[in-house]
Amino acid sequence: MPTENQKTDNQSAQTIHPWHNLQLENVTVRRGGKCIIADITFSLACGELVVVTGPNGGGKSTLLRTILGEWPYEGAITFSDCQGKVSTRPTIGYMPQHLIFDRQAPLTVADLMLANCSRWPVFLSHRKKDRQEISKILEQVDASRLIDRRLGELSGGELQRVTLAFALNPIPDILLLDEPVSALDAKGQALFYQLVLDLRARYDLLTLVVSHNLDIVTQYATSLIVLNRTIRFSGPTRDVLEARESGAMI
Amino acid sequence: MNIWYTLLEWMPFSFLQYDFIKNALLAILLITPLLGLAGTMVVNNRMSYFSDALGHSALAGIALGTLFGLQDFLLSMILFGILFGWLLSIVKNRARSSTDAIIGVFSATAVALGIALLSRRGGFTRYSNFLIGDILAIRPSDILILFIVLVLLLLFWIFFFNRLLILSVNASLARSKGISVRALEIAFMTLIAVLVTVSIKWIGTLLINALLILPAAAARNVAGSIRSYHGLSVLFSLVSGVSGLILSFYLDTSAGATIVLCSAVIFAVSWLVGRGKTDSREEP
Repeated sequence: MPTENQKTDNQSAQTIHPWHNLQLENVTVRRGGKCIIADITFSLACGELVVVTGPNGGGKSTLLRTILGEWPYEGAITFSDCQGKVSTRPTIGYMPQHLIFDRQAPLTVADLMLANCSRWPVFLSHRKKDRQEISKILEQVDASRLIDRRLGELSGGELQRVTLAFALNPIPDILLLDEPVSALDAKGQALFYQLVLDLRARYDLLTLVVSHNLDIVTQYATSLIVLNRTIRFSGPTRDVLEARESGAMI
Repeated sequence: MNIWYTLLEWMPFSFLQYDFIKNALLAILLITPLLGLAGTMVVNNRMSYFSDALGHSALAGIALGTLFGLQDFLLSMILFGILFGWLLSIVKNRARSSTDAIIGVFSATAVALGIALLSRRGGFTRYSNFLIGDILAIRPSDILILFIVLVLLLLFWIFFFNRLLILSVNASLARSKGISVRALEIAFMTLIAVLVTVSIKWIGTLLINALLILPAAAARNVAGSIRSYHGLSVLFSLVSGVSGLILSFYLDTSAGATIVLCSAVIFAVSWLVGRGKTDSREEP
């Protein structure tokens, strides 16, 4: 659902970033015999910041995890380049709603980040240049002071910052964020979305954000998808909000 | 081997005059780092019940080896261990029962199959050595196999550890980074199956899992990072292995069991130290 302005922006960005379009055609996801997502179709272009919203159990997280390749589905999910040519799997940055992990594990933030960005085995040592690199990435999300903290000791907000830093390395083509700011205060939320906007401007990445908090995300979103098993409403943010206010959107 | 024998003859310890002790010591110096290293990820991935079942499945591997008329049961144990792990993994992912129930079913079935086949015509006592192991019976050719497995594990750890670590934190995160989760899980499980089965003859099916789990569990009590976790796990494993072997010589006890007891003592001390660290952090 790119706007005309975006298309122009995207065209200028094509030269610096081999971006991807994301297309879902008649995608249905069933789990345990129950239909979680039914027959949804939409197409998104790079540079968009799309917010997926809807009631609990409406299939928002399932949608992200299906795009991630985690769950089987019917229909087609395709990634294509700027000429519409179907491309291989793009680089995806994913931030889960709740990172479920073993909080007692002797694992520092640096261990996790280095395991992702370096080929040097983390159990041997941390190389100085690799540490400098992850320090810069953590700095982007205001989390460089957490580098030597144990992952299990982090607060909810700190963990969300670290997970975002993890998702941003390497810079993804598509960023999937599932309730990314639920544990952050207002300042943290503003910082978070400002960072996502900066990244979008710099790398032209496509961002899908699952969020309940429409008041905040609509300030930043280019379009909205209202999902409750199927797509109830989608389009540019202003149109969806107007529809909500006029009562056309149930 | 001659260099190893000569080196040990210079040592001022009377028990080192016997070749079987020299062989056993070298085997311990190879097995314990192997188990200490692999144990870290077995514990992190909550696979200790799985590796225990793998150890028990070796009995069925031995039994199938006898059916095929094999003299050395290593091959049949390894193949059965791998098959056991793969089957368990497939059923676990598709069953509605909990993972521990599925592992329990597989483990009990493998043990029962092993005992049933090996006890035909009252012949089980011939194989009872596999229950408690006999490190003192190890030969240089067996040590070579341990060395090869150690090299394989080190190579796997060097090339795949980072991906394994991300997978152990969260499978969705691993998938988002393009890590082939299923393939990595199967490769790791196969490696653990090989490691457990090659060690069983020397440590015994009853105790192999303790040696895999205890050093890593002790290291987790006190480690603060992945590096210290690995370092301490290998160190604890080596210390308990060597001290257990020496103690078993003087106490005339089973080497495997004595080594496990040493590991248990280290675990108890590390738990107390770990508790102390936690309490001091919690104090205002």
